[in-house]
Amino acid sequence: MCLAIPGRILERSGRDGTAWGRIQFGGIMREACLDFVPEAAVGDYVIVHVGFAISVVDRAEAERSFALLQSMGVLEDELRSDLEAG
Amino acid sequence: MQYLDEYRDAKIARALAAEIARRTTQPWVLMEICGGQTHTLVRYGIDELLPAGVEMVHGPGCPVCVTPLETVDKAIAIAARPEVTLLSYGDMLRVPGSRGDLFQVKAAGGDVRIVYAPTEALKFARAHPERQVVFFAVGFETTAPANAMAVWQAKREGLRNFSMLASHVLVPPATRALLASPRTRVQGFIGPGHVCTVMGTREYEALAREFRVPIVVGGFEPLDLLEAILMLVTQLEQGRAEVENQYVRSVSQVGNPQAQRALAEVFAVCDQKWRGIGGIAQSGLALRPEYAAFDADRLYGTAGFSASEPAECMSAAVLQGLRKPADCPAFATRCTPDTPLGAPMVSSEGACAAYYLYRRHTAGAGRA
Ligand code: SF4
Repeated sequence: MCLAIPGRILERSGRDGTAWGRIQFGGIMREACLDFVPEAAVGDYVIVHVGFAISVVDRAEAERSFALLQSMGVLEDELRSDLEAG
Repeated sequence: MQYLDEYRDAKIARALAAEIARRTTQPWVLMEICGGQTHTLVRYGIDELLPAGVEMVHGPGCPVCVTPLETVDKAIAIAARPEVTLLSYGDMLRVPGSRGDLFQVKAAGGDVRIVYAPTEALKFARAHPERQVVFFAVGFETTAPANAMAVWQAKREGLRNFSMLASHVLVPPATRALLASPRTRVQGFIGPGHVCTVMGTREYEALAREFRVPIVVGGFEPLDLLEAILMLVTQLEQGRAEVENQYVRSVSQVGNPQAQRALAEVFAVCDQKWRGIGGIAQSGLALRPEYAAFDADRLYGTAGFSASEPAECMSAAVLQGLRKPADCPAFATRCTPDTPLGAPMVSSEGACAAYYLYRRHTAGAGRA
């Protein structure tokens, strides 16, 4: 559960006084809170840990890390939720 | 190197390994603190690529593995209550408590669910005012700000059916305890990249100075780890003991100030027990008194729980880098990821599970 996964911000929105983003991790979409990265914009790549973006990273770096995590087969586990479908 | 060959930068990796070998003139023992790094290291056989003199030992860096036994017992007791829905990160459901685990509570009809983010637990509480929603929150400094935000928001909204069973651990005090132990063999550390993304690198500077030990904050990919090892060996060979940052693409000296603010608003530093290791002063985070209404430990009267750990599990020595998982007589026989005796066998970031997944046939062979 300690992994952090790079994903791309598809959409930004505000809700309950917090900034949210729709984040794409390969074929999986998840919402993440963007409050810790106020500088992040749509199209940016962020490192997401338990639903919170913790840093903004370069696109090439992000894509490489993602491919690696995918090949290690750890993504599904990390993004698993009984509440949110796929 | 069958594992590394699957990696597309295998050539660069080998060049880095050769450079490490070229610079190494005497034996060094290095520790990676973070479980994510342990996973990569074992998965890609990075440690086997190093020159004979450079030994990697694996640290306590998996929050799932060090969550105290009695805290797991508390979660089990709370989850068994009919009015409660308990939510947690997936790995926590399989961690053995004194008797059974959370999956068994679920199988017996308890409402236990996996979430990937603490905010999902909050969402669930809003949607189900008839349920008492308890979020079982574990983690290092990377995770604590996210957990903090859930409690902060619950308080702001006046949610009355949400609480948190919290068990957070801090890396620098545990590193200090390891270094202060007369048994320690570790001469250099790979610092945890995502913990430092949040907290920055300043806390590690004091450690490097005080114990004259080099610390290189590293990332999680094979090349990150090899580069961090090269930087450590270079420092050691030159007699330097500094904090350096290999993972510059995510880590800065000051870290993430927004995340630090969230953490400090909700949590205060406290003494904390680590499973397999014991108590470490000022190494955990507890809810501040202003958030006492969200403290599940208080609400469900579990504060007095205590438990003693099974004698058979060697996780104490494993988590302190004194023994390797395969040294444990139960490894891959009585203890497997399906029937874990100790927490390091549960999470893929636990050293025992990483060895089971990728080293069973070499390291564990002949022990069955
Ligand atoms: S193999 Fe199992 S019993 Fe042995 S130290 Fe690891 S978790 Fe404990």
